[in-house]
Amino acid sequence: MGAFLLRRTVLLVPVVVGITLGVFLLIRLIPGDPARVLLGIHATPEALAFLHKSMGLDRSLAAQYVIFVKALLRGQLGYSYFFGEQVIDLVLARLAPTLFLIGYATVLTVLIAFPSAILAALRPNSIWDQAVRFASIFGIGLPSYWLGVVLVYAFAIAIPILPVAGYGESIAEHFTFLLLPSLTIAVSLVPLVLRALRASVMETLRAGYVDTARAKGLAWHRVMGRHVVRNALMPAVTVLALNIGYLIGGTVIIENVFAIPGLGGLMILSIGTRDYPTIQAVTLVFAILVVLVNLVTDLIYVVLDPRLRAVIR
Amino acid sequence: MTAASEPAVSGPGRRFLRRKPPRSLVIGGGMILFWIALAVFGPLVWTADPTALNLGASLLPPSQAHPFGTDSLGRDVLLRVVNGASVDLQIGLFTVLPALIIGSLVGALAGYYGSIVDIAVMRLVDIVVAFPFFVLVIAIIAVLGPGLINMYIAVGLVGWVSYARVVRAEMMVAKQMDYARAARVLGFSDARILLRHLMPNVIVQALIYSTSDFILNILLGSSLGFLGLGAQPPTPEWGVMIADGYSFLARAPWISALPGLVIVALAAAFSLFGDGLADYLRPEIDR
Amino acid sequence: MAAEKAIIDRDAGGKGDAAGSILTVRDLAVAYRRGGRALDVVNGVSFDVRPGEIFGLVGESGSGKSTVIRSLIQLLPANAAIGGGSVDFAGRDLLRLGEREMRQVRGRDIGMVFQDPLNSLNPVMTVGAQIGETLRGAESAGQSRRERVLAAMRLVHIPDPERLYGAYPHELSGGLRQRVAIAIALVASPKLLLADEPTTALDVTIQDQILKLLMELSGRLGMSVILVTHDLGVVAQTCRRVAVLYAGRIVESGPVERVFARPAHPYTAGLLQSIPRGPASEGRLKGIGGTPPSLDSIPAGCPFHPRCAFAIEACRAGQPPLVAQEANHLTACIRHGDLPDLAHV
Repeated sequence: MGAFLLRRTVLLVPVVVGITLGVFLLIRLIPGDPARVLLGIHATPEALAFLHKSMGLDRSLAAQYVIFVKALLRGQLGYSYFFGEQVIDLVLARLAPTLFLIGYATVLTVLIAFPSAILAALRPNSIWDQAVRFASIFGIGLPSYWLGVVLVYAFAIAIPILPVAGYGESIAEHFTFLLLPSLTIAVSLVPLVLRALRASVMETLRAGYVDTARAKGLAWHRVMGRHVVRNALMPAVTVLALNIGYLIGGTVIIENVFAIPGLGGLMILSIGTRDYPTIQAVTLVFAILVVLVNLVTDLIYVVLDPRLRAVIR
Repeated sequence: MTAASEPAVSGPGRRFLRRKPPRSLVIGGGMILFWIALAVFGPLVWTADPTALNLGASLLPPSQAHPFGTDSLGRDVLLRVVNGASVDLQIGLFTVLPALIIGSLVGALAGYYGSIVDIAVMRLVDIVVAFPFFVLVIAIIAVLGPGLINMYIAVGLVGWVSYARVVRAEMMVAKQMDYARAARVLGFSDARILLRHLMPNVIVQALIYSTSDFILNILLGSSLGFLGLGAQPPTPEWGVMIADGYSFLARAPWISALPGLVIVALAAAFSLFGDGLADYLRPEIDR
Repeated sequence: MAAEKAIIDRDAGGKGDAAGSILTVRDLAVAYRRGGRALDVVNGVSFDVRPGEIFGLVGESGSGKSTVIRSLIQLLPANAAIGGGSVDFAGRDLLRLGEREMRQVRGRDIGMVFQDPLNSLNPVMTVGAQIGETLRGAESAGQSRRERVLAAMRLVHIPDPERLYGAYPHELSGGLRQRVAIAIALVASPKLLLADEPTTALDVTIQDQILKLLMELSGRLGMSVILVTHDLGVVAQTCRRVAVLYAGRIVESGPVERVFARPAHPYTAGLLQSIPRGPASEGRLKGIGGTPPSLDSIPAGCPFHPRCAFAIEACRAGQPPLVAQEANHLTACIRHGDLPDLAHV
C-alpha cells in the first residue's frame, strides 16, 4: 500500500507543476507590469522596486517561474494589501469552513443518493424508481444558487427553523448553519450519483455471487450489504470523483449565497477589491484540493476492490 | 466510441436518417424553439424598456398589471424575464461557439498530425483541466474584470478543452478509416481532407456535446451574473435578477422565483432534447 | 390414469422404502412471466432422490433443468411462479415454506453449487469469509467457525488452507475456485447438495477432478447430490440414477446402467447416440434432427413427437404420463412396450 501511495503521488507531480504554471501565468494575463498589477493602488516606487527584485521581473519568464515556485514551497503566497495580512494566513483561516462544507455536502449526497438508488434498483418501474429517474433529469438543470435561495426562503424565512446565513461559532452551530448550504450542493450532485448507482446496483443484482449468497440462506439485508452494495459502489465513487471539481467550484457560489467565511467567499471578496495575490492563492489552493481529493478517491478504489491490489503488486 | 466502420456522413452531403424522432426530442426541441422565439420576438412585440426605472411601483406583488410582480426598482419582472431570454440566448451562443470552433480545430489538428502538435496540445489541456472549471473561469474574470465580453473570453479560454478532447479522439479513429486513406492516396491536400472529408464526421460528437454545453454555459453565465461577474446591472440577465431578488427575499420572493423557474424549465428542455438527439443520430447506441 | 399413478407411487417410493427417499418431487410446475404471458418452463416433473446417492438430471440447454433445481430451494427470479406440485424433504413440503423458513433450509440442510466459479464467488470477500458465511448465527462464531471452515477446505482438498483462508477468488485457479464453491455448499453439513452444471465452465482435466471430488464427498459424508448436466458422460461417470428432462418434462428416469443400456424413450436414445465414440465409430455423428422447442411453442401431447422417428397419431394427444418400463425404470413414451431395441437403432 505504501508503494502504491508513493507511485500515485509521484504521478501527481506533473499535475501540480501544471497548476503552479497556470496560476503563475494567470497574473500575467493582465497587460502591464505584474508588480504594478499586484500592488494596485499601493504601488509606491519603493514597493515597486522591491517587488521587481523579489519577483525577478528583470529576468526571464522561466527564472521568474522558478522564483515563484520556490516562494510557494516556503509557504509564501504573497501579501494582501487589502486585508493587511500574509495571504497564507488568510487562506488558512478560511480553509476550515470550506472543508467542512465540502465534507458535509459529500456525506449528505451519500445519505440521500445511496438508499434511493438501492431502493429504485430493487423495485424497477415502481413509483420510487420513476421518482428517481425524474429527479435525475430535472436535478441536473437546477442552478445551485437558485436552489440555495429557494431553500433559504423556505426554511429560514417562511418557516424560520434554520439560520439564513453565516457559519456559527461552535461545532454544533456549524452543523445547523451549514445544513442548507450543504444540502444545496448535495442536491446538484445527487442526480448524477443516483443514476450511476442505480444502474450499477441493478447490474450487480444479476451477478452469480448474489445467487450463491442467497443459496447459503443469508437474509436479504446481508446479501445487499456485504455482496451487492460493496460491489456496486465503484461506479458511484467514480461519478463522485469526476464531479469533485464541480463540487469544489460550487462552494464559491454557495459560500456567497450563504455568507460563509470560507475560501469561496474570500475569492469573491478579492475580486471585488482587485486583490490579485489572494485571487492567485485561492485559485491555487482550490486546484490542489481537487488533486488531493482525487488521490483519496484512488485510495478508496484500492480499498474497495482487492483485485486492484494485485495489479499494483 | 465510433464503432461503425463507415462514416456517419461522407463528403459534403448529409444523409439524414429517415426515422421518427423520439418524443423526448420533440418535446425538448419544442420548448427550446419556444424559448428562442421568445428571445428573438419577445422584445420586438413587447417593446417596453426592461431597464426603465419606476420607483413608485417598486416591490409590487403579482397582479393583473404585473403578472409576476415588480422588483425593487419598479421594473416588471415578467418583462425582464422575457428580455432576459434574449440575453441568456446570446450568452449561450457566444460561450459555446468560440469554444466549439477553437476546440474542434485544435483537437482536429492534434488528432490528425499527432507527434509534437498533439503533445503540446495535450499538455495545455492538462494544465487547464487541473483546475476546477468554475474557479478558473472566475479567476480569469477576476483578472480581466467583470462584464459580458470578458466572461465570453474567460469561458472560451477554459471551455475549448472538452471539444478539443472529443474531436481529437474522433479524429484519431477517423484518420485510419478507408475513406481518409483513399483521399490521401488520391493526393488531396491535408486541408481539403480535413475540411471536407474528416471534419463533417468527427464533429458530430462535438455537436451533440455542444447542446449540453449550451445549457451548462447558460447556467454558468447566470451563476456569474448572480455573483456580479458576468452581465452587469441593469442588463436583464436571469442570474442577475435572482441576485437582485435575494436581498428582498423576505418581502418580495417573486423577484427571484420566476427567473429560476425559467432556467430549470429550459435546462430540462435541453436535457430531453440532448437525450433525444443522441438517440436519433446514433440509433445503434445501446441505452 | 389412476392405475398409472399407482405404479409411479409404488416405484418412486423405492423398493420397499417410501421413507427411504431424502427428497421427493411430485408434479412440480414452474412458469415464467414474460411480456404479460406465462410460459411453462417446468411441467409435471416428478422424481425422488435416495440418501447418499448421486442423482443425475440431464437435459439440453433450455430444458428447464436449472429451473427445476432452483425451485427446490425457491431460488427463482422474480418473474417466476411455482404453479403447483410438492417437494418433500425431511417431512416438509419445501414449496409451502415461507421465505424465513426457507432460509433455514438453504445452506444448512441443502447446499448448492453453481456453474461458473468465476461469477459465483464474491470478488471482494476472502475465501474463508465466504465459506464461513454459510455458518452464520450463534451456533458458531470466532475461532470455532474458522476451524469448521478450515475443515471444509480440507475436505475439498484445498491445499494449504490456512494460507488460502485469506485469499481472494481472483487469486485462485478455476478448479480451486470451484472447490471453494463446494466448500461453501457443504460446510454446514447438508444432507443434500444441488450441483448446477458444476463442471461445465472448467477445463476438461479439472472437470474430472471435481467430479471425483463430488463422488468422494457423497460417499464419505453420506450426502445426496443432484447433479444437473447436459453431459451424458458425466452422468455415466458419477450418477447412480438419472432423470432425463426434455422441454420441462421428465421423459425417462431410472438407474443409470439400465437407462443407458436399454433406453426406454426415443429422446434418451437419441442423446446416447450423439455421444462421439472416438475414432472407432463409423460414419458421421448422429444427432437428433430438429431443435428443442422454444418456451412459447411447446407441441401439444408429447413434446418430443415432432422430432421422434417413432411418433404415431396418439403421441399428439395429451401429455404421456411417466409409467414403469420395469421396476424403477420409468418412461414417458406411450410406445415403450413395442419399440425396437432403441440402443441399437
